[in-house]
Amino acid sequence: MLAFVLRRLWQMLPTMLGVVLLVFVLFNWVGGDPAYILAGKMSSPEAIANIRRQLGVDEPYPVQLWIFVKQVLTFDFGQSWATGEPVRQVIGSRLGPSLTVLVPLTVLETLIGVALALAVAFVRGSLTDRAVMIACTVGMSISILVYIIVFQYGLAYKLGLFPVQGWGDSFAVNLLRYAPLPILIGLAVSLAPTLRLYRSFVLDEVNQDCVRTARAKGLPERRVMWVHVLRNAAIPIITHVMANLPALLIGAFLLERFFGIPGIGREVILAVERSDFPVIKAVTVCVAAATMVFNLLADLLYQAVDPRVRLA
Amino acid sequence: MSARLNDDAAGLWTLAWRRLRADRVAMVALAIVAAFLVMVVASATGLVAADWEEEVGINYAPPTFVGAEPAAMAAAAATGQPAPDNPFDPLAAEIRALRAQLGTEQAAPRRATLPFGADKWGHDVIKKTIKGGETSIVVGLVAALVAVGLGTLVGAVSGFYGGIVDDLCNWFYNVFTSIPSILMILTVAAVLQHKGVTTIVLILGLTGWTGPYRLIRAEYLRHKAREYVLAADAIGASNARKMFAHIFPNVSHVALVQLSILAVGFIKAEVILSFLGFGVPVGVVSWGSMLNEAQNELLLGKWWQLSAAAVAMAVLVTAFSLLADALRDALDPKVKA
Repeated sequence: MLAFVLRRLWQMLPTMLGVVLLVFVLFNWVGGDPAYILAGKMSSPEAIANIRRQLGVDEPYPVQLWIFVKQVLTFDFGQSWATGEPVRQVIGSRLGPSLTVLVPLTVLETLIGVALALAVAFVRGSLTDRAVMIACTVGMSISILVYIIVFQYGLAYKLGLFPVQGWGDSFAVNLLRYAPLPILIGLAVSLAPTLRLYRSFVLDEVNQDCVRTARAKGLPERRVMWVHVLRNAAIPIITHVMANLPALLIGAFLLERFFGIPGIGREVILAVERSDFPVIKAVTVCVAAATMVFNLLADLLYQAVDPRVRLA
Repeated sequence: MSARLNDDAAGLWTLAWRRLRADRVAMVALAIVAAFLVMVVASATGLVAADWEEEVGINYAPPTFVGAEPAAMAAAAATGQPAPDNPFDPLAAEIRALRAQLGTEQAAPRRATLPFGADKWGHDVIKKTIKGGETSIVVGLVAALVAVGLGTLVGAVSGFYGGIVDDLCNWFYNVFTSIPSILMILTVAAVLQHKGVTTIVLILGLTGWTGPYRLIRAEYLRHKAREYVLAADAIGASNARKMFAHIFPNVSHVALVQLSILAVGFIKAEVILSFLGFGVPVGVVSWGSMLNEAQNELLLGKWWQLSAAAVAMAVLVTAFSLLADALRDALDPKVKA
């Protein structure tokens, strides 16, 4: 177990190094001279030289790369170009609002998705099954933008069921007042693809020998579905949920932007708009690291769920 | 008996087409996608919607299928009563004449039939939707071609040569997939300061190669030791020939399915990027830029531009996804007809 974790962590090193290199090449080489972006259109050569010296851009590339690696290792990404706030603080303070929306969203999506997938797979091939699948395909085709625009206008602006946008200081107020509508929209958008995927996972298991055996020995259908099928389908479902967690953090960027939620996603969009490279670099590296760690966690969870899985 | 022999002789593509033909949903989806493609070609060659920027209606003309001027349009047109004449104005008579002339000039275009209404500048929304669709669909398709081309090339090299080349490509794959695609897209968008249709195609194409790469690489691994490749080797075919003249036709169905799946995803992604202002430049209309405009219009109760772009996109993407699903089923060699 410990050996497995250690080896996996060791294997992450080259990938992490690749991410750092990729980000470095993108921003320091392809991205052009940041001094011109920072100084604006009207700038004197002295001002630009000054900025270049402050940023360390006049150093040779290997030195700059070393500075970036040191930043990653010490988790100190300098200051935001736009606000002067330390990047570490930016990420730390934006994490809370993002999680306030994303944790309930993920939990609800998984629970509803699994329950519906079992129900639909139970009546597989029927008219209900086909109707739900067609509804899912249509639902997936509607842009998330349209869901947000229409729901925000209809439910919040016209009917006044939710605040149109905003964010408070207290966690309870945020969760109960400002988060429900973004969560509802997130569910509307993500439930259709999740359901389709989970249904295919469940269908893979329904035809297994063990399920037939369970039926043959006279177990009630309900118990077969919930215990025998779900337990086996849990592995791909866990993988999906875990693999999606870091992407979710960013994936909610449109929701955060529309509803004025000061989260990571909105911060990334703002940073791209302002060419705030330190923030984008830091978020990219952190999310890549998180993705790798969550994949490792998914593997560890397999064993907890399914004792047949051997971590070798 | 002879029919069975013919069946066996039929190639992968003939069999796949036969399976696709039998699927009624797939045929309807194919017809819809084809109709959209015809529309793109017609729009790109200037047959339709070339004059979408012409002012044919009044600002925010509501949708109407009736040719005559309906009451709603007349009411919308009456923007403020003309001020009463100033008795001391020496130019009063000329102003009255100019106003009358203006009235006759405005009356003519107002009679145009606008089934989907007009936008803020009096542009016909249906023409705008067609023009916007051209941008969105072309960007989606070309970006998907770039991504599949890149993924196929890297996947072919990686799977065929194996060894250190494969390790290197896998390392690249791991690096790219450890960054969520939407963050990757935004990161590249931040770096490429120049906005334009080419940029957005590059962004989507360069970030979308990982899916095709993984599948094509697996296919090349399977195929490279097959007898026909050994036979090609025996007659002295070069590696490039073996990879692309011999193996590629046998794995091209994977590329085609990936192409259709990616195109759907990229059409959706282009709309989001354009909406955020990282996509098509000002002056180019796409479904994303239409939704962007429509978002504020909705607060004024002008719902038609939003509906037009949203419905056109939903219909295309639904049809395209259904087609991609059917194509995957029809081309899967494991499924027997």
